[in-house]
Amino acid sequence: MSTPTLRLPGLEAVYDALAQAIDQAGPERAELLLVKLALLNAHALGDADAVQRHIQAALQDL
Amino acid sequence: MHQPTTTPRPSIYYDYRVHAPWLPSRHGPQPRHPVLIAGAGPAGMVTALELARHGVPSVLVTAELQVSQGSRAIVFTRRSMEILQQVGVDRRMSENGLPWRFGNSIYQGRTVFRMEAPHDADDRFFPMLNIQQQYLEEYLLDACAAQPLIDLRWGNRLVRIEPRADHVRATLDTPEGEYTLEADWLVAADGGRSGIREQLGLKLEGASYEGRFVIADIRIDLPLPTERLAFFDPVWNPGNTILMHREPHGIWRVDYQLPPGEDAEQALHPESLKARIDAQLAMIGHAGTPWEMDWCSVYSARALTLPDYRHGRVLFTGDAAHLLPIFGVRGANTGFQDAQALGWQLAFVVKRLAGEALLANYSAERVGAAREIIDEAGKSTRFMAPPTRGFRLLRDAVLSLSLTQDFVRPLYHWRTSRPHEYTRSMLNSPGDDNALFTAGPGHGAPPRNVRLGADDFLLDHLGGGFELLYFTEAAAVPQPLQDVVAAVRARGVALRVTAIGAHAPVQGAERTLADADGHLRQRYGVRASGAAYLLRPDQHVCARWLTLDATRLQAALDQALPL
Repeated sequence: MSTPTLRLPGLEAVYDALAQAIDQAGPERAELLLVKLALLNAHALGDADAVQRHIQAALQDL
Repeated sequence: MHQPTTTPRPSIYYDYRVHAPWLPSRHGPQPRHPVLIAGAGPAGMVTALELARHGVPSVLVTAELQVSQGSRAIVFTRRSMEILQQVGVDRRMSENGLPWRFGNSIYQGRTVFRMEAPHDADDRFFPMLNIQQQYLEEYLLDACAAQPLIDLRWGNRLVRIEPRADHVRATLDTPEGEYTLEADWLVAADGGRSGIREQLGLKLEGASYEGRFVIADIRIDLPLPTERLAFFDPVWNPGNTILMHREPHGIWRVDYQLPPGEDAEQALHPESLKARIDAQLAMIGHAGTPWEMDWCSVYSARALTLPDYRHGRVLFTGDAAHLLPIFGVRGANTGFQDAQALGWQLAFVVKRLAGEALLANYSAERVGAAREIIDEAGKSTRFMAPPTRGFRLLRDAVLSLSLTQDFVRPLYHWRTSRPHEYTRSMLNSPGDDNALFTAGPGHGAPPRNVRLGADDFLLDHLGGGFELLYFTEAAAVPQPLQDVVAAVRARGVALRVTAIGAHAPVQGAERTLADADGHLRQRYGVRASGAAYLLRPDQHVCARWLTLDATRLQAALDQALPL
């Protein structure tokens, strides 16, 4: 079974949208924005194990 | 020389009665007592009442001459009421308490989550009942006073114990000096700061949280229903949480979290209290409503338990055994379950109806319950009073999302106290049909109540010993089963047989419930005659069968009464 992934144009669109949202939120609120986004994405993904793997991947090479 | 205060404690709604101290000079030499209970709080009194119910006398000592200062525990769960019914104080609780079942979580002026605790026609008691602890203690004291097997001694402070192999020697201080008392068993019900726990050098295990709360009781006329109110991140106390509960006599409990770094003395300063309570009242639209303070205190959230509640001849119960967060009303409500469990198991050991393995079982079951509560309460506490930056960020993200996103709202629901199911208890019968049932309470579970008629419920009739619920349409309980029942009774074990499902009284049963509409059978997952449940004296299920026979009934009784 293949998992759906973003094609490059979609990834680029997300890249720009995230950057603009972080700027819009400002340094005080950016972290809150990102945590809200993570929870929304986790809910949409519907797979707690996948979220755990993403958390581990994100923790690498910080 | 112990000199407890003889001045009634201050209160704007409760008249404290000061009792006379028990003085050794007025009584003869002290024999060795079967059970000494240190601490006449809710856990100590329920233990004494349960022991007495099983015919075991106890000496119950308290350092004070009056009931507790302030309202302390104010929310009592349905299971607590079922336990209090067993010791005969449920009616007074119901008559004077305020029942409720809804909780509201409020953020930015909006109710973002509403908890609705289930309440159906089969339940005698509401999910929650609010009443101040002084009243509960008064009702329990009256029940103890009416019980000749309980020797309640006011003004007796336990100063030290000397544990021996087969008894405990206790030194008690009184207004005329010390005396010693020997008991086969000592029940440590001496509260969160247990001196017995300290003297034995026992360490609690678990976590302490940073969050500290002011608990304040005020008298105020607020036109609000009896529902729990929880305010998150309010404008006047950013990032923190405020709780409000209605109590009888026009009293409201207001709990609010302290800003980090503030100590108890600062927090309880009258001007600080006034400013914060006024700010809270203003936020909910009742600025300027007059109010009067009754009592206040500071509370810190802890989730700790002893790893073993038995130490030789000393048995721990209630807050002396564990310290649990208030979120989810887990203090007194857990204490009742401890006390009920200890009462019957210690009684059976004292009466030599079972071996000391039963006390190891008490400890295993209740430590297991405390650990389950600590795990659940930890989740609530991390939401109510986030311990780290990460937890605070997640909590704030959930608050923010909850204004528009349904899926996060259940995270507001902190789990409230519920009875522990002793699923893996050594008392559960391994050879029964538990796994074959598709409904009804399983191994170790508390019973399900069933409405039998007007003001008449199944649990009104159960307790005080083992209970065999035998489902039959026949005229008699089969003779081989009656023989097993007679033999166990001959050993001195209380075992009552209730027949369910027959129209006429069933021979061999003390009581017959017709269950004409089959509702009780349905609640217990019974589809044919010959099924049965065996309940322990604390009403929890220890065996159930689709078809009961004498061999398996004997095996279940042997399992539940280890030698």
